[in-house]
Amino acid sequence: MYLKKVIPITFSALLFLGSISSVNATDECFEGLSRSVFKFNMAFDDVILEPIAKGYNKLPNPIKNGTSNFTSNISTLLSIPNNLLQGNFKELGNSFGSFAINSTVGIFGFLNPAEKLGLKPLKEDVGQTLGSYGIGQGCYYVLPILGPTTIRDSIGIIADTFVDPFAHVTIREKELLSISGNNIDYYSLKGTAAVDFRSDNLTNFESLEKNSIDLYSSMKSVYLQSRENKVGNSDGDQEDWDLDK
Amino acid sequence: MKRISTFIILILVIFNGAAFSYSSDPKEFVLELVNDAINKLSDKSITNEEKSRYVEEIAKENVDINALGLYTLGELRKSSNKEDINKYQKTFEKYFLKSLTSRLTDYSYSKFEVTMSEQKSSNYTIVNSKIKPEDGNPEIKIDWRIYTKNPDKPLIRDLIVEGLSLARTQKEEFASILSSNNNDINSLISKLEEFLNN
Repeated sequence: MYLKKVIPITFSALLFLGSISSVNATDECFEGLSRSVFKFNMAFDDVILEPIAKGYNKLPNPIKNGTSNFTSNISTLLSIPNNLLQGNFKELGNSFGSFAINSTVGIFGFLNPAEKLGLKPLKEDVGQTLGSYGIGQGCYYVLPILGPTTIRDSIGIIADTFVDPFAHVTIREKELLSISGNNIDYYSLKGTAAVDFRSDNLTNFESLEKNSIDLYSSMKSVYLQSRENKVGNSDGDQEDWDLDK
Repeated sequence: MKRISTFIILILVIFNGAAFSYSSDPKEFVLELVNDAINKLSDKSITNEEKSRYVEEIAKENVDINALGLYTLGELRKSSNKEDINKYQKTFEKYFLKSLTSRLTDYSYSKFEVTMSEQKSSNYTIVNSKIKPEDGNPEIKIDWRIYTKNPDKPLIRDLIVEGLSLARTQKEEFASILSSNNNDINSLISKLEEFLNN
């Protein structure tokens, strides 16, 4: 019964993803609407996220680092199945090793002894896995609260909740190794991770905002470059400029 | 004679200082330039105006602003007329210097380290570096795209901060402005002027 539902959904998703591969990521799905949502997100950031991030930044460093380590350790769980799906066994070992060490020796992930042992796993999600299969990003748009995305990454966000063991024990309330949770656990962790990320980038956001002529386009470029790098596990664009071409 | 030679040495020293001559080796060039900038920008005895002037001077001397301007213009650089390109280049230089000064003075760094460099071609070397912010935030990885067509005078063409190319971000920002204004270079120039007047 379960397979009867999953196979058509997977088949339709693959057909759809195949068709979006030809769409350039710089293409907009619906720019006017995305710009309005972007304005809303900026207002949300001004009123809610930024003040919380500023407050969070005032916490003592051990608390901040512990929170950051904890959210990062849980997010490693999503990397494990994705490394497997990508056939990247070296990274799979890194993710698994890092999670196991930090969850035990690192006291439930509040400390990061794995990094000191040289285990610094790359974060992987379903969007990246689809990218590694050669599926293009599809057009670009902005989601309320969640921010910039593409068609491929949006499908990835939904699929993440099916492959992420943490989502299984929280959103789907399934028991795994006698551990279970609920929706609140899942969204609290995601919210905390967002605050942690925002607090690390207070100056970067402020500087980008102050120095952009079109902030929407700058954010779009930053997002697309970042996703390209993550899919390719690369350090960024190092193309040669030939201004005579 | 002694006075003349002292005078010549003094002129040379002053000229060298003013021209911000750094090493021609890309790795040393980045290290010397950034350390010099960190010292200057963290010097509390220097006014903000002097700091801004200093940033402008080192940028004019060591960044390939002309090439950066053409790159960020994208395909339009081939179809625009010379007069428009010249006007754009002049405005772009002012815009670039203002935004660079603002970006650099937004941050305060304590430690800079060049980790390695790789020659990509006879024209390019990528220098990898790490910088530690003073506010205790995680260190930032910065790659420098150094143009070495003239091996005696390396020039910075791009900074890739944590994998994000500043030149590419700028180019895509300009492309968006141009596409919503029928690819009119003068609309872009107006936007840059607006930024300068704010």
